[in-house]
Amino acid sequence: MNAGAPLLTVEDLRVEFQTRTQLVRAVRGVSFSLGREKLGIVGESGSGKSQTGRAILRLVAPPGRVTAKKLEFDGIDLMATGEAQMRDIRGKRIAMVLQDPKFSLNPVMTVGKQIAEAYRAHASADRAAAKQRALDMLRAVKMREPERVYAAYPHELSGGMGQRAMIAMMLATEPDLLIADEPTSALDVTVQLQVLAILDDLVSQRGMGLIFISHDLNLVASFCDRVLVMYAGRVVESLRASELGQAKHSYTQGLLAALPRIDKPVKELVVLKRDPAWAGERP
Amino acid sequence: MSADAAMLAVEDLHVRFGDVHAVRGVSFAVGGGESFGIVGESGSGKTTVLRAVAGLYDEWTGTIRVAGRVVGKSRDRAFRKLAQMVFQDPYGSLHPRHTVDRVLAEPLAIHGQGDAEARIEASLQAVGLGPEFRFRYPHQLSGGQRQRVAIARALILEPRVMLLDEPTSSLDVSVQAEILNLLSRLRAERGLTYILVTHNLAVVAHLCGRLVVMNQGRIVEAMTVEQLRARAPREAYTRQLLRASMGYDREAARGLETFD
Amino acid sequence: MTTAAHTPEGWREWLNAAAPRSRAQARLGQAYQSWRGFRRNPLAIVGLCIILGLLLVAALAPVLTNQSPFAQELAERLRAPDGEHWFGMDELGRDIFTRIIYGARITLMIVVLVAIIVAPVGLIVGTTAGYFGGWFDVVLMRVTDIFLAFPRLILALAFVSALGPGIENAVIAIALTAWPPYARIARAETLTIRNADFISAARMSGASSLRILFSHVIPLCLSSVIVRVTLDMAGIILIAAGLGFLGLGAQPPSPEWGAMIASGRKFLLDQWWVATLPGLAICTVSLGFNLLGDGLRDVLDPKQQ
Repeated sequence: MNAGAPLLTVEDLRVEFQTRTQLVRAVRGVSFSLGREKLGIVGESGSGKSQTGRAILRLVAPPGRVTAKKLEFDGIDLMATGEAQMRDIRGKRIAMVLQDPKFSLNPVMTVGKQIAEAYRAHASADRAAAKQRALDMLRAVKMREPERVYAAYPHELSGGMGQRAMIAMMLATEPDLLIADEPTSALDVTVQLQVLAILDDLVSQRGMGLIFISHDLNLVASFCDRVLVMYAGRVVESLRASELGQAKHSYTQGLLAALPRIDKPVKELVVLKRDPAWAGERP
Repeated sequence: MSADAAMLAVEDLHVRFGDVHAVRGVSFAVGGGESFGIVGESGSGKTTVLRAVAGLYDEWTGTIRVAGRVVGKSRDRAFRKLAQMVFQDPYGSLHPRHTVDRVLAEPLAIHGQGDAEARIEASLQAVGLGPEFRFRYPHQLSGGQRQRVAIARALILEPRVMLLDEPTSSLDVSVQAEILNLLSRLRAERGLTYILVTHNLAVVAHLCGRLVVMNQGRIVEAMTVEQLRARAPREAYTRQLLRASMGYDREAARGLETFD
Repeated sequence: MTTAAHTPEGWREWLNAAAPRSRAQARLGQAYQSWRGFRRNPLAIVGLCIILGLLLVAALAPVLTNQSPFAQELAERLRAPDGEHWFGMDELGRDIFTRIIYGARITLMIVVLVAIIVAPVGLIVGTTAGYFGGWFDVVLMRVTDIFLAFPRLILALAFVSALGPGIENAVIAIALTAWPPYARIARAETLTIRNADFISAARMSGASSLRILFSHVIPLCLSSVIVRVTLDMAGIILIAAGLGFLGLGAQPPSPEWGAMIASGRKFLLDQWWVATLPGLAICTVSLGFNLLGDGLRDVLDPKQQ
């Protein structure tokens, strides 16, 4: 982390959805700050981890409403920026990678062209330079035959290659912050390892900040620097990834105990007993 | 184990979809009451093996023997009462417009089994669901509850073999623990034979006694869970899979190889 | 059922129960949820009211008017609307209000007959083609394509001129031209359902293809077909009216709305009411079906949710 101000400061972030019958509070007062590091957000489905990631980019779809005391990215108040400026920030300075590349890539455009277009949308480059950039990015995400991938359509790529192409597209503009929402959940473990190694290099070599959203505790513990554990829209615990094993909060402990382990056989897994107190006061 | 004594014996199974040779000569045998794992990455053919055994494909060759009887392409009622399946996605395996009651009543009606009331209630109870769940629709259930209903459906014909296709991989960790405990308990109580297909080595280690590792439609290695726990696989492919499953590891990522 | 269920709140609670205690309660609870969704759309309610109004008018025709739709008062021909004859008189001195009311029965008959022919035929052709696939699918779908290739009114015209004019033949002609889109919808839905795990599960429990089709596939295709039927009703009424207008549908003196417009068109400039009022009736009912269809789509079609 650099000595100056953090890259991203989030204070009291809330995301609410007014449905027909009730107000759903998906995120209830999340605060954290991020430097040029790998921050993991873990939680079960419905914990609000994905909505937190989307809210930073102001991508929460209506009827969702985002409020925050402070949402500051590199000196820019994200709550106060207009939609036009936000579009410029998205993709250029903050990028997002989602779980399934099938839904994020345009199926009728070649992968290379999409990367080049994404680059040209944010940087003033001519076609040739954009193509060169796209090929460089494909090489950077360890594609073996960048020219072939450049000319391929998304359906011609495997899941792992599609996800790497997606990352190449997101990184073409050299963003300062990457929000990755379950980027490897749909991938095989070996491919997951490759994708993570690419992200790891980008953080350590380019000084990018990374928010890594995942349900996989082991993965986050081994990959990230710091971990936020979310439950029912709140951060219940924040700790160093290497110290996840010594978690204090009974929810984190419960989750860890519920995981089957290769090396530690148990006859019966410990079942998580949910404590209403974890969710905090209900308004 | 000899093929005759086994509850399930598969010999030289090949599955082809058009030009794609998805399963290339797979053989294994599982004894009665045993829990057997098939592990592999996507495209390894593990689910295809399970579905061929279940009789959901026609395009296979080889021999499949269940409880000593050779089964053909189309399965009779006796087979249905012998082997049942639990699917990966609890959201896709229950009909969205059928209540739990109807889901459980249908197999009984097809097989002309009486005493449906009592059997439905008993099977719900066996998977830890109270009678209040009986008339609910799938959308009124959580993922874990749906998977319990799917297990109850598989159990209601009182099969001896359960084919489990990634039964917990789309569930949250805490719910996965509950379902794994349920599966362990049911096997102990009823002496069931499990064939578990998964990509998750920890789940196999927890639930199974023996396993095979598949890659590119072939069995790479057969091993016991003790060998897995000791991290002592013979094959390089299995070693790599095991290492990648342990979480992020810079060194392991650098040394990745492709196995064709 | 408990005694509390006899108050409106009790009923609502019973219908909304998260844990229904019987099949009937589960089913009614589902229906109630759909109704609550439907009720939130005011336009759909307008459509529903129009269609209910059409049903009432058709059922209560003799109560709503004491005249006969065929009684002629030649002395009063082309009389303008007034307090006695609200919609005026036509060229043969028949009361237009009475004729429109009785015409509602004809319209309703056409709509119901077409619906009960078209929906099952389309559903069965589409689901069997989609479920079994292979040459079965190829043959059924090419036949469907042949029917789809013709403009509907033209094909209906050809059928009616071959079968002879008349309301029954008009219904048969419309039905023959209307089923192919239903078969297409049902097939497309079946293709997505066919490989679902719940179908595999049904096969695992030994269900026959017939059972899978009727108890698993068709119920899921049904809602989009119902929506489509309702939305198509407007078109069907217009085609029926078109055939009537061209003299190929209902024959005089039957008070069919299209035929009424045809006979009134000669007087359109001077005696506007003769053609315009049946036209408005067609318009209203078509609109009603369209609004109802839109509302039903919102609650029934799972893809919209």
